[in-house]
Amino acid sequence: MPFTGALEGYDPGSYFCELLGQTGGGATAARQIALRLDRLGLDSLRARAGDAANELYNLGITFTVYSEKDAIDRILPFDPIPRLVSPEDWRIIESGVIQRVTTINLYLQDLYHDQKVLKDGVVPRELVLGNANWRPEMVGVELPFGTYVHINGTDLVRDRDGRFRVLEDNARTPSGVSYVVENRHLMQRAFADLMAGIGVKSVSDYGARLHAALCELAMPAVLDPQVVLLSPGVFNSAYFEHVFLAREMGVPLVEGRDLVIQDERVWMRTVAGLQPVEVIYRRLNDDFLDPEAFNPDSMLGVPGLMRVYRKGRVQLANAIGTGVADDKAVYAYMPRLIRYYLDQDPIIENVETWICREKGGLDHTLANLERMVVKPVGESGGYGITIGPRASRAELESCRAKLLADPANFISQPVIDLSVSPTLGDDGIAPRHVDLRPFAITGSRTWVLPGGLTRVALRKGSLVVNSSQGGGSKDTWVLE
Amino acid sequence: MSNLLARYAEAVFWLARYVERAENLARLLDVQETFARDSQGAHDWASMVTLNGDLTRFRAGGREATAETVLQFYLLDRDNPTSIISDLRAARENARMLRSLISTEMWVQLNVFYNRVLALQPDDLAEERLARTCAMIKDGCEAHAGITAGTFYRDEAWNFYELGRAIECADQTTRLIDAKFVTLGGHGDTPEAVIDASQWVAVLRSAASFQAFRRHHPHGLRPAEIAAFLYSDWRLPRSVAHCLGVIEHNLTELRRQYHLKGTAAVLEHVDGLRDDLQADQVRALIRKGGLHDFNDWLQRGLIELANLIGRSFFGYVPAQGQAQ
Repeated sequence: MPFTGALEGYDPGSYFCELLGQTGGGATAARQIALRLDRLGLDSLRARAGDAANELYNLGITFTVYSEKDAIDRILPFDPIPRLVSPEDWRIIESGVIQRVTTINLYLQDLYHDQKVLKDGVVPRELVLGNANWRPEMVGVELPFGTYVHINGTDLVRDRDGRFRVLEDNARTPSGVSYVVENRHLMQRAFADLMAGIGVKSVSDYGARLHAALCELAMPAVLDPQVVLLSPGVFNSAYFEHVFLAREMGVPLVEGRDLVIQDERVWMRTVAGLQPVEVIYRRLNDDFLDPEAFNPDSMLGVPGLMRVYRKGRVQLANAIGTGVADDKAVYAYMPRLIRYYLDQDPIIENVETWICREKGGLDHTLANLERMVVKPVGESGGYGITIGPRASRAELESCRAKLLADPANFISQPVIDLSVSPTLGDDGIAPRHVDLRPFAITGSRTWVLPGGLTRVALRKGSLVVNSSQGGGSKDTWVLE
Repeated sequence: MSNLLARYAEAVFWLARYVERAENLARLLDVQETFARDSQGAHDWASMVTLNGDLTRFRAGGREATAETVLQFYLLDRDNPTSIISDLRAARENARMLRSLISTEMWVQLNVFYNRVLALQPDDLAEERLARTCAMIKDGCEAHAGITAGTFYRDEAWNFYELGRAIECADQTTRLIDAKFVTLGGHGDTPEAVIDASQWVAVLRSAASFQAFRRHHPHGLRPAEIAAFLYSDWRLPRSVAHCLGVIEHNLTELRRQYHLKGTAAVLEHVDGLRDDLQADQVRALIRKGGLHDFNDWLQRGLIELANLIGRSFFGYVPAQGQAQ
């Protein structure tokens, strides 16, 4: 394809390109979009990207950094060049995510009841029962539809050959969905001409779907259940997302201090006194939820919440104790769990993963350290990762020492050559690595929001897409 | 029935109060600079600090009251809780808490407006630019009020917004009257008072009421008439009587539409305040030199009104049977 404008000289090299690498049902639209981008030119793209950034800032689609005197709002860097997903690829992603979420829920239901999976030796007992996220308080608690994970984010990457792989499951309080919807709104305003005539699946009914799924959890006798969103408050870096979700669902955004337990129920404090609450979408970690049951120092939670939750008098999304399913160590067992519970092969494979608590895994990791990505199992946000090929000799030695000191705290994976997407930067449009986090909502059944959050590593060559580490986001277009 | 969180009701009440307060202060500073010079064209900037009851804090910084220091103190000083920037910051933080409740337009305007005020430099307070700076702030506050009126859903949250705005406006008007009558010595209709006409024009302009007053009173500028106008003329949006009318209306809505307990006691309190605002009574009071006491009584009444609203609706004291 001869490019003479904005895309002139764009070269993804040997990486899979999410724009130029599209074949089959996505090829025509991808070519059309590439030509439009090329013709738009860099100046126009930059001007519009600048306007978009201003708009995000003014709309307050921001995360806030607090200093002593000031609340400084920052936007998550937004790249205006969309990431495409072909219809065929979307079918794989959608069914793969549903398979994965179904397995996670079956696994949690099993763990907190019969523990067959442990008795059958599929997962090591100590990995579950010795896990910091194991919640013995949840043993025997019955949940509607056996659903523990109502909102799930699955981090997917794509290798050099264009195959999708699961990098991570996020089954606690996955964030980022607000950017999916707001990025789309922004693109529709600022880049309508890029989108014109291209069929792109809508993302706008996420809030309605979520609200419907949460209402399903309430007891059938309650006609119009009161759902609330429980946030740590304005100081939380994801506060905008909490606002967004409460607004999209039309439910109150509450903090722990707005809720009170009385007569074995949860109530919220309103101008008309106490009003009952049936379902809580909580954006607080387990240990902050109830100072009586967990961290006694938490000022953010609701004393006594666990007590009424265990009795089924209120529903929480996600359930307490889901962290035992999305741990990086448990991740390694997911393909086996899919076979165990569903008798199916994984639709989307894991990235090849070595479990360092197992001797074979540790030996392989140590022997190939300079070629591996070593991850601590308990961290998130891209922290504590050593990328072998990028690490200095000193960093490798430090990593080796940590591995030997506490092997069970680590897994390792070969370096994946993440796919790239054309991304606007100071030197024009260049290939930058991306991942994809589709979001799945589960009440009685699972629905996957078409697309998901595409995170992009804005620094040249960087493989780390996390916003805390210089990542940005893109709109994700699932082609019809 | 209402399911408005008590915390939201309080935040929206204060959002309105803080913007209203910022607007009043901008008016006052603007008018002070433009109209309130004495016959020699000099300014008594210390009176501005005294008027607001901030003298101790102002002096604590070792400052002399000059145009520069006073304007800096009231416009841009983020360490001064009564500055415009602090008011707007508090308004924005309340709005941030209310983002799922208020319209996106309200948030965006306040966000952009706050950042514009935050970007002001000491240069913007210089004599030749002050009027423009104050106008920008007044416009921002008025735009907030207009956007709110045009986009805010009229449920009980709106009633609490209106209550906050009206209480603050009434309070600011009483402060203005009190301070000016004390400094200008406006007891009775003495000839001296009329000589000080420019000062009285300034008072009216601070409350954006000069034209309205002239339409109603084409002749003269009698202090008693001006005070009675600012207290009792229900047609004047910044008069105490008008504000109390707004308060009564919104409390009545809360009682009728949402059956909120506690509205009766608050309404009774408002009735008590309104009874004593009859224009003839106010004029008589001023002639007798009782203005300061009356004003004091009115201010205490407004403070008690805010406390009553807090106790009744914001959960300051848990109602019977409610766990803490």
